[in-house]
Amino acid sequence: MSDRLPGFSTLAVHAGAQPDPTTGARATPIYQTTSFVFNDADHAASLFGLQAFGNIYTRIGNPTNAVLEERVAALEGGTAALAVASGHAAQVVVLQQLLQPGDEFIAARKLYGGSINQFTHAFKSFGWNVVWADPDDIASFERAVTPRTKAIFIESIANPAGSITDIEAISTVARKAGMPLIVDNTLASPYLIRPIDHGADIVVHSLTKFLGGHGNSLGGIIVDAGTFDWSTGGKYPMLSEPRPEYHGIRLQETFGNFAFAIACRVLGLRDLGPALSPFNAFMILTGIETLPLRMQRHCDNAKAVAEFLAGHPAVASVSYAGLPSDKYHQLARKYAPKGAGAVFTFSLKGGYDAGVNLVSKLQLFSHLANVGDTRSLVIHPASTTHSQLDDAAKVKSGAGPDVVRLSIGIEDKEDLIADLEQALGA
Amino acid sequence: MSNNKKRQVMNHDAYPDNYIRGILNSVKSIAMVGASPVNVRPSYFAFKYLAQRGYDMIPVNPGHVGKELLGKPFVASLSDIGRPVDMIDIFRNSSHIMPVVEEALALDPLPKVIWMQLGARDDAAAAKAESVGIKVVMNRCPKIEYGRLSSEISWMGVNSRTLSSKRAPAPTQGMRLSLNRMSVGGGDTAASDRAAKNKTEQS
Ligand SMILES: Cc1ncc(COP(=O)(O)O)c(C=O)c1O
Repeated sequence: MSDRLPGFSTLAVHAGAQPDPTTGARATPIYQTTSFVFNDADHAASLFGLQAFGNIYTRIGNPTNAVLEERVAALEGGTAALAVASGHAAQVVVLQQLLQPGDEFIAARKLYGGSINQFTHAFKSFGWNVVWADPDDIASFERAVTPRTKAIFIESIANPAGSITDIEAISTVARKAGMPLIVDNTLASPYLIRPIDHGADIVVHSLTKFLGGHGNSLGGIIVDAGTFDWSTGGKYPMLSEPRPEYHGIRLQETFGNFAFAIACRVLGLRDLGPALSPFNAFMILTGIETLPLRMQRHCDNAKAVAEFLAGHPAVASVSYAGLPSDKYHQLARKYAPKGAGAVFTFSLKGGYDAGVNLVSKLQLFSHLANVGDTRSLVIHPASTTHSQLDDAAKVKSGAGPDVVRLSIGIEDKEDLIADLEQALGA
Repeated sequence: MSNNKKRQVMNHDAYPDNYIRGILNSVKSIAMVGASPVNVRPSYFAFKYLAQRGYDMIPVNPGHVGKELLGKPFVASLSDIGRPVDMIDIFRNSSHIMPVVEEALALDPLPKVIWMQLGARDDAAAAKAESVGIKVVMNRCPKIEYGRLSSEISWMGVNSRTLSSKRAPAPTQGMRLSLNRMSVGGGDTAASDRAAKNKTEQS
């Protein structure tokens, strides 16, 4: 039993999974059941009181989902994880543990349009107030801190333009202000960037994208880095104070460096209810087994396509951090040396109309509102994912009217380039 | 353990799994100082779990002498146990550790292990115990470590940092579980260990 260190690809295949105790099944079974029998009354009471490890009801936990949770926690270098129904559900559950009505959180302005929308409108109705900061101006995060600020939220590689965020610099601001840094690592996946290594306290994912990777299942996950001390100053009562719904348990005291993941499960998922279907967990787990292979191919293809576009006369500009001329190239070399991801934008000299024309002519690229599929995808963010933002906010988040977003798949890159060439040509 | 000068200095910021595994595989009796009969206290959780996994548990708490914890009579102090114990598990704040360690060092025979609960750490007390060959664990929970090394804790989405391609029996009540899975530093929680270390240094 030496403490040897297996690599990322080994963890992607093995972490969290082992042969099924009852049948010996080697692939992780889909435990498609709502509930689990108790041995006796004491066992039931122990489980409900969080005293014993085990399963009760699939809204609180499920053995298939648990394999997914441990696997992503291992890949991210976290202490524990909680799988939920979608990336958006992960964001709600995380912030529910941190914010009381009237509290604030700071978010980077460059985010997935749906997150900007969720923070601006849905969360406002919960009394959680978002304050925007500019990830290209670290001081803007510092300036945004007030006594009511409870967390900072950023994307590692930001949707839609694939810009790279300086996680370490922002984590320094968070640490100084005594609040956790939450990083949405959806577009990078832990294969490219492990935010915890750079100071993140909580990592969230839309598993719907590269982790699942095949465009077939929605899912989300929350990873606890085990780095934040929730006990200081009573600022995070969900973790530090006795919980009435559990007869006075204090979660940090009881669960130590994975208390945040437990809070998300027993106070968030249990009560808000966005449980992940075990079938989706199975599909996503299968996807994760090939994450390192797929992600490298995604990045290599994306770089080739970005280079092609940068040299095309109809293209005004390409925003891809993998290109040496890109504003974010130095950050990409530091944070994502294996590749700058596979989601990026470019703009056409012909503006909005040329964008619409391009999308209609493409034959391999699918026009749809998703990223991180094996298939290559294309969308015009200004009229879709970012359509609820006003014009100024569209430009600020990298989704101006002339901008087209690509998510590069794992096809042969020559075919992707040929498809773009014919669509741009005529 | 007479050759304690040659003993490696234990790094109490990050224990190798082998060290913890060795302890949990070898000790049989555990005296829990500060065991609480209140069923939402962490000490109660740990006491109940370790008893269910087959350890011979002894609750030590002067405030509850005359009562029982899950069928085991409370004793007032370590010296009242009246038989050898392998491990002392201390459920007290860092500031109350030293007197318990001193009491443990007066036992004959000495315990093999002194374990301080999650959140508790006293480096001076640890050094004192280690100087007479006692193994020390600080700021950890034996329930969590047992659950982690057996991977039973994986039911809660916790990163066990272990792998196995072997088929293990489904855990039932009272069953001792194998702790001999492969450890994976690759699924590390170095970040969490580092944060704990920074916290200790600040306080
Ligand atoms: C970066 C990012 N975060 C979060 C989400 C939301 O995830 P879901 O659609 O799984 O709720 C998305 C979806 O596009 C995304 O791209």
